[in-house]
Amino acid sequence: MTPDDVRRVVLEELSNIAPEADLALLDPAADLREALDIDSMDHLNFVTALHNRLGVAIPEVDYPRLITLDGAIAYLMADPAIAAKAGIA
Amino acid sequence: MPWETICKRPDDKATAVLTDYDQARAAFTWSGARADLDGLPDGGLNIAYEAIDRHVAHGRGDRIALRWLAKDGTSREFRYCDLAEHSSRFAGLLRSLGVGKGERVFSLLGRQPDLYVAALGTLKSGCVFSPLFSAFGPEPIRTRLSLGDGRVLVTSEALYRRKIEPWRNELPGLKHVLLVDGGAGPGDGVLDLRRALATASPDFACAQTAPDDMALLHFTSGTTGRPKGAVHVHEAVVAHHVTARCALDLRPGDVFWCTADPGWVTGTSYGIIAPLTIGATLLVDEAEFDAERWYGILQRERVTVWYTAPTAIRMLLKVGAEVARRYDLSSVRFMASVGEPLNPEAVVWAQETFCRPFHDNWWQTETGGIMIANYASADVKPGSMGRPIPGVEAAIVERTFDGRIHPVEEPMTVGELALRPGWPSMFRGYLGEEERYRRCFVDGWYLSGDLAMRDADGYFWFVGRADDVIKSAGHLIGPFEVESALMEHPAVAEAGVIGVPDPIAGEAVKAFVALKPGWTPSDALRKELLGHGRTRLGPAVAPKSIDFRASLPRTRSGKIMRRLLKARELGLPEGDLSTLERDER
Repeated sequence: MTPDDVRRVVLEELSNIAPEADLALLDPAADLREALDIDSMDHLNFVTALHNRLGVAIPEVDYPRLITLDGAIAYLMADPAIAAKAGIA
Repeated sequence: MPWETICKRPDDKATAVLTDYDQARAAFTWSGARADLDGLPDGGLNIAYEAIDRHVAHGRGDRIALRWLAKDGTSREFRYCDLAEHSSRFAGLLRSLGVGKGERVFSLLGRQPDLYVAALGTLKSGCVFSPLFSAFGPEPIRTRLSLGDGRVLVTSEALYRRKIEPWRNELPGLKHVLLVDGGAGPGDGVLDLRRALATASPDFACAQTAPDDMALLHFTSGTTGRPKGAVHVHEAVVAHHVTARCALDLRPGDVFWCTADPGWVTGTSYGIIAPLTIGATLLVDEAEFDAERWYGILQRERVTVWYTAPTAIRMLLKVGAEVARRYDLSSVRFMASVGEPLNPEAVVWAQETFCRPFHDNWWQTETGGIMIANYASADVKPGSMGRPIPGVEAAIVERTFDGRIHPVEEPMTVGELALRPGWPSMFRGYLGEEERYRRCFVDGWYLSGDLAMRDADGYFWFVGRADDVIKSAGHLIGPFEVESALMEHPAVAEAGVIGVPDPIAGEAVKAFVALKPGWTPSDALRKELLGHGRTRLGPAVAPKSIDFRASLPRTRSGKIMRRLLKARELGLPEGDLSTLERDER
């Protein structure tokens, strides 16, 4: 998967959590909880959805690293499985 | 599986504020508790005076009252004398704006110093403080400001522009909006708070409030109808003070971290008032939950007493003991939990991980302060909320066929948890709803709406709610408020809202929706409705999931049978269906 693929998946999952948000305007470095008005439970659901969809193990202690759009993409791209798929692509 | 009782050691008991539960109960009087406070001349009583000014009067003004940790890692400290000055300026500003005694001052703010100054300044001025949770959307804000007849709102520019300004003119009673970060437009009833405070006088004589003058207005949710504004009076400070001593083991000089947001009652009673009346240092973290940040704070700030909530504890449990062990948490002497029952696994996990248990306690917006608790000196039965605090009589009761109340003496029998009225922080009304208030009291008991049991040792065990109110992350959510917001969407004909079990938050809000003719269920519409709910209600109240139905089950009187929706959702017995008029499809 390329960074663009991962980005698309992350944005899709965010739009499931906060469908009313205009994600085109999302600052990729902003705290998602503030930028999209999502609470801790929403963030947990977001991380769980990424795990289910991409098969990436995300231990709880790493959740804060997925608190921005850029952070989430970087975290997922660093996963060996995703990186390997990127290589194939 | 029965959980083993966690027994306290002799020195836990000897060093606790409340050393012997039975003795303390026998010796306790509310007038004695009142004597621990200073009071105002002529028998007056004021929460802000007890929290702040009296420490200054006794030469303790240099102690740290509030240490605030900003999101960005910086921090600020306020001594008791600083808070005295800031709150005086705020009180003076209210007076100069012509805001009268008893009028309501609302806040809609994150956990930032202005919120604490506004709360204390409002109380000092004799006005009534009513906090709103900053994650509320426009709808819950408007309902509460309107029901509470808010005269003043303290908020930030961003929250104001987004959530209030569009309908501000519908609330003519809201005379002043004070923005903590400037941005005041000329002449439209919007003021730059910090600039206004800078020119206000630092000297303000605390308002001569009487013990039964209204001080706080906390909104809570019922099954039906609009939110209820629970009225609390200045005398509540007696209970705030003494319960923090006996149930939280709190004493002067403690570094106390209550993680609750002041937008809810815990964050006001114990996140502002109680620790200050005691002379502790109140620690406030602006940021949201983050396990490693939290452990870092406990270690670095040398927190001694920590009061948090089951949702956070369950998240820490998921992060694991490994992470906890990387931090030196030896400063923490006492840990307590409130908001919803703490599952026994979490109590035992804490004992294994931190070498001390969480002490669960129970109370409600209406009770104003902790009513049932586990104590530093008493053994903890994991899963139990503990025993009534000194001065409070609690019972498990049942209603008899003639509408009377009958206490249940048989141990471990389920009934409604009831309290004998008379403690000082008991709510004195639902604002403007006399009848609804009266219905809470039957036969000399306050009925809590919670189902519980009491064991042979006098420990209470939570069972569930007696009504349809949803409890998510420790906050009560009224299904009616959520349903009303969904009904405002043009596609929605009917909506029924319930709580479904959630491993972290206890319950999550789920909505069942039947569509009007011409609309078809689809994933896109589901997302649109979720977004609609979030926009109107905010993330704390909006449904997390929505299912479509052709129609919803209703009683003969036309009420949606949420109980039946829930039973079917969870695969539970459907119970009595005799009132069912039309089933769901």
